[in-house]
Amino acid sequence: MKQFLEGSWALAESVKLCRPQVVSAYPITPQTHIVEHLAQFVANGDLKAESVNVESEHSAASLVLGSEAVGSRSFTCTSSQGLFLMAEVVFNIAGMRLPVMMVCANRAVSAPINIWNDQQDSVSLRDSGWIQLQAENNQEAVDLIIAGYKIGEDPKIMLPVMVCVDGFILTHGMETVDVPSQAEVDKFLPAYNPPYKLDVADPMSLGLLGDPTVYHENRYALHRTLLETIPLIEQTGKDFKAQFGRDSVRLVEEYKLDDAEIALVAMGSVCGTIKDTIDEQRAKGVKVGLLKIVSYRPFPDEAIKKALAKATYIGIVDKNISLGATGANYAEVKALMPADKKVSGFVAGLGGRDITPCTIQGIINDTKGAVNVCKFVDLNEKILFGEFKV
Amino acid sequence: MEREHFQENLYVSGHTACPGCGQSMAARLVLNVAGPNTMIANATGCLEVFSTKAPETAFGVPWIHSLFENAAAVASGVEASLKAQGKLSTVRVIAQAGDGGTADIGLQALSGMLERGHDVLYVCYDNEAYMNTGIQRSGLTPFEANTTTTPLGKNSAGNPTYKKPLVEICAAHHIPYAASASVGFPQDLQKKVKKALDIRGPKFLHVHVPCPLGWISEPAGTLEVAKLAVQTGLFPLVEYEYGKLARVFKLPAPKPVEEYLKTQGRFRHIVKSPQELAKVQQTADKNIEFYGLK
Repeated sequence: MKQFLEGSWALAESVKLCRPQVVSAYPITPQTHIVEHLAQFVANGDLKAESVNVESEHSAASLVLGSEAVGSRSFTCTSSQGLFLMAEVVFNIAGMRLPVMMVCANRAVSAPINIWNDQQDSVSLRDSGWIQLQAENNQEAVDLIIAGYKIGEDPKIMLPVMVCVDGFILTHGMETVDVPSQAEVDKFLPAYNPPYKLDVADPMSLGLLGDPTVYHENRYALHRTLLETIPLIEQTGKDFKAQFGRDSVRLVEEYKLDDAEIALVAMGSVCGTIKDTIDEQRAKGVKVGLLKIVSYRPFPDEAIKKALAKATYIGIVDKNISLGATGANYAEVKALMPADKKVSGFVAGLGGRDITPCTIQGIINDTKGAVNVCKFVDLNEKILFGEFKV
Repeated sequence: MEREHFQENLYVSGHTACPGCGQSMAARLVLNVAGPNTMIANATGCLEVFSTKAPETAFGVPWIHSLFENAAAVASGVEASLKAQGKLSTVRVIAQAGDGGTADIGLQALSGMLERGHDVLYVCYDNEAYMNTGIQRSGLTPFEANTTTTPLGKNSAGNPTYKKPLVEICAAHHIPYAASASVGFPQDLQKKVKKALDIRGPKFLHVHVPCPLGWISEPAGTLEVAKLAVQTGLFPLVEYEYGKLARVFKLPAPKPVEEYLKTQGRFRHIVKSPQELAKVQQTADKNIEFYGLK
């Protein structure tokens, strides 16, 4: 049913529809509204789950690790420093092959402390072994949570899933969202039935010491499984569309790329602004399109190569920066491109700086100009070189 | 491992613990009281490393290890999961960790678990230093013990601080049961485990376990060393119920601390110095007075 909802509410509704049995989180802006809504659902008896208010994000992640290991579908949610405090547990959950679901409400990282949006937090944990799916809007976020549980819990996959949503822009934005019915979700996502779990009737030890004779193979298996989710994401996307009629679940989205001479590449909510700017530019005769990356991990190499095959100028917009190198998507997309393409990297919108249509237009112009490896757009010279007294 | 291997013990030999390891003995004593309907969340540390090297395990009950500081949080999750599935009435949850994993890096998670009231027994096996990484000082290392990070030197007589009051910290959460025990008194230890597991809610047990390698003591003397720690008043055996001291293990005639200290190389420098020996004796005397052990 279509409803006009705050993003966090829509996401919480989606989580509720997936019937998690254990929910645990620790408050951090801008993730808070999601867990507040879930707590209210539990308080009202609308969600039958153990809701545990822990003393840190580290314990939130550890708690859902434990609950998932006993075979309960589990959910947690965080942002920024919270994700970083969870970091060792995040790697651990993937290594232990526990399909926990997490929503990361993307937020900049300290210092300076900043509660506004960029994608540095989840991008920094890209090597953890989680499936990372980035939503452009709240409808996609709702859909990716439902599909994400199904993908992660596939008995051949058993990997955790992080659905990333731009903090404030999505979490606090009001949008019309089609929230599926419980019956529809139940049909798509059956009850969690893991191939292994802690059970007194059939004892097993989980989390063993892997010495050099087995560790290497363990990591390889994790890597290979993550790559095997690429076709599963595509198949799940088809199944999702067949049932819900929406295209949200996919590796990438191609927007007006068929005849594009210039292709931008981006992730998350900025893609909405980019699409609007593309429409304006196309009206003026500029042949520009967008490749939106939805599946950041696994990184869909083939889909990216195919989508960008025709464009001559590629401009990659990163809302993150691998300090001392380049934007994260720039490095990975550039590595896939043949030498004859002009590939430029742009870092934009860090710490909540607005990325306006004007910014995007500048990026489009720059993409067609001299190649940039890592251009910070919209830098304010006064702030960089002016004098400050605190 | 097949189930028949665990007929007599739920924690079996074949692991790689050092000879005379007090922690290994205590873990078996605890688990055999707890029985097969138990799930264990284990912190990183000696016990985890020597009992569960892939593809083998010494544990005959469901057992999970995640990280160093999160055994209490993982156990909270195990408990919440069992509760959600309606199985908590038939399964007991134990979290277990060493002194570093409990009193230092894991203290926050432990406090959270106790405060939230999870139905978990947390067992701290205290061998008084980070033994798994090579005998570095922890918050439970006793006064003037020689460790690799509190070495003896011209300006150092060993660890300059006293043991953190761990049982009191836990008892201060007003949980139903917080107690100390020693592997040197196995019947007392098992009685306390049984008592704790009969209570629903958060329980804490602090178990003193000698480490022959780290303490530089005779592997065959582990139980004797553990007994002496209790008998001298250096490791009092106490029980708190809902924050109040309920019972203590009485010592009508406490032994002088020298008898305990001389069994271990880590205290050799104290035994040689009447002045330092007096300081340690003072610690024991304070314990005897504080808990009313006599």
